[in-house]
Amino acid sequence: MNDFSGKNLVCVRGERTVFQGLDFKLESGGALVLVGANGSGKSSLLRLMAGLLPPAEGTITWNGEDTTEDPESHGGRLHYVGHLDAVKPVLDVAENLAFWAGLRSGGAVMAALEAFGISHLADVPGRFLSAGQKRRVSLARIVVRPAPLWLLDEPTTALDKATIKRLEGTIARHRDGGGMVVISTHSDMGLDAFQMLDLGDFS
Amino acid sequence: MLHRFANPTRFLRLADIIQPWMAWATVLLMGAGLYMGLVVAPADYQQGESVRIMYVHVPSSWMALFCYTGMAISAAVGLIWKHPLADLIAKSTAPIGASFAFLSLLTGSLWGKPMWGTYWVWDARLTSMLVLLFLYLGYMALIEAFDDPTRGTRASSILVLVGVVNVPIIKFSVDWWNTLHQPSSVLKMSGPSIDASMLWPLLLMALAFTTYYLWVMLIRVRAEVAANRIRNLRFRQARGQGED
Amino acid sequence: MCDFINIIRRDLLLALHQGMDWVMVVMFFIIAVVLFPFGVGPEPNILARIAAGIIWVAALLASMLSLERLFQTDYEDGSLELLVLSPMALEWIVLAKVIAHWLTTGLPLILAAPLLAVLLNMNTDGFLMLIAALALGTPSLSLIGAVGAALVLGSRRGGVLLSLLILPLFIPVLIFGVGAVDAVIGGFEARAHMLILGGLMLGSLALCPWAAAAAVRQAVE
Repeated sequence: MNDFSGKNLVCVRGERTVFQGLDFKLESGGALVLVGANGSGKSSLLRLMAGLLPPAEGTITWNGEDTTEDPESHGGRLHYVGHLDAVKPVLDVAENLAFWAGLRSGGAVMAALEAFGISHLADVPGRFLSAGQKRRVSLARIVVRPAPLWLLDEPTTALDKATIKRLEGTIARHRDGGGMVVISTHSDMGLDAFQMLDLGDFS
Repeated sequence: MLHRFANPTRFLRLADIIQPWMAWATVLLMGAGLYMGLVVAPADYQQGESVRIMYVHVPSSWMALFCYTGMAISAAVGLIWKHPLADLIAKSTAPIGASFAFLSLLTGSLWGKPMWGTYWVWDARLTSMLVLLFLYLGYMALIEAFDDPTRGTRASSILVLVGVVNVPIIKFSVDWWNTLHQPSSVLKMSGPSIDASMLWPLLLMALAFTTYYLWVMLIRVRAEVAANRIRNLRFRQARGQGED
Repeated sequence: MCDFINIIRRDLLLALHQGMDWVMVVMFFIIAVVLFPFGVGPEPNILARIAAGIIWVAALLASMLSLERLFQTDYEDGSLELLVLSPMALEWIVLAKVIAHWLTTGLPLILAAPLLAVLLNMNTDGFLMLIAALALGTPSLSLIGAVGAALVLGSRRGGVLLSLLILPLFIPVLIFGVGAVDAVIGGFEARAHMLILGGLMLGSLALCPWAAAAAVRQAVE
């Protein structure tokens, strides 16, 4: 049973306080959906959780341990999908994915591509992909190697209905296996038993 | 709450008290130092009257190094403890330090002409001082190169810390390499080897430059604080319109 | 260790696929050097005298060219964030990228240098020392340059700014790199110069990955 929580978080971007006094708590199998207007700090909170951005105040803990103490092992236990897809235009889809899988010691590339229905694109260089296909490659990264914590920043951008269904299925399986997920989203996703966090309440 | 947003009133109050003292001290010390250096002090038996350049050259070289070291310490404090005042001090020090470095190079080359017969030689002391000037300029360019001022501050703080390796090189360059530049005659282990009639104006000028630095630095920090306030007002304005 | 090599391999692969960057760097190096005989006149003795300096300065400028892209493309497409989040320490990742940069920039420059030395009528006694000095000096250029490349990420006018920040820091490498070659040609011992070049490399190896990693971290915040 893992526990991922944040206490009294304050986030500052530039010189502006984005949110303050924010708490959250997630346990194995849990899902947290972030909502709020543009600029309310959904992306910032996800970056805080990932450890890309240090909180101006407050702590984020994994099983009671401050994540900033050991950023490498925190990085190893999470997958982060941001606005950018990190797909290299000159490498083909399988190579792109294999690199990220290799950096985290191995994983089944083809199975991951299959999970998002892009196994037929395996040998297509990244520059030929559409926005939606790139996003799917980016999402395939999170299943190519297991990690207990998924941080997804608007993962449904540029995805069609069928792929959103696949993503929902993937997330459900991840949670059944004891994983946890934090999603920021504008559109509704079919998740069961999720907590909702409105960032507008903390500005 | 966060000291990042803490109103720097306490600092500003302190600055209000110190600033006029520094201004007066600068005027008096520099007046006395220049009088003693240019009129009272004897001409050098080797270098003649041109030795008087020393009273500007040596203190400005010291200050160029002193300012850089101060900047590096402030930058480290700003990076580690995220203290906003330290960042402001580092930022405000840079142009002053750059001016001192420039003054040092300029007076040095004017002094070099009668002494060495050339305005410039590529020896270790001169080259490392030139690199110091470039480091100052690079810092000032980098801090202004970002739309987000906090990014600029952090990036340039890292640059300052990397550049610290240059400081001991400048200080010891005259001892490590045989160069045209004469070795230090004031700051050394065995005590100064310079006559008191020349040492006093030199120390007065050094003190005058230090108070001048503190004076101008305080003015610049206040200007930076004011600029920050304006920026915050602009943000509030932009957000206020966003909610309408 | 496997991950470390993985990153080097990926950067090499990208450099090979991506617009032949390293060929451009070598071309720039050659063209920049070839300009000098036109600038200072084709007098063989003058060229021989300044050959080492010209080759070193051109190598410095050529390695600047590709430094800008060391982190830039990864920064723009989001890969850098993911590298920061990878379980490997960022300092090692930076070092891997620097090694890849050196293999695609420093190494080709070293290979092209003897050819240019011939064109500039350099004394043949200096050839071996030129290669040795470049081999010892160019890694420092990549290491120091990585700090600058990381610092200017996301800034306006990154390329020009990078040269302003980095070229002054290249001066020691230039001084002792040229000094080593000139010493050998003049019939002196180059040992002291080479030791200092080696010291510069070890010093930057210890300091630069750390500083560059700090700069990358604040860039992806």
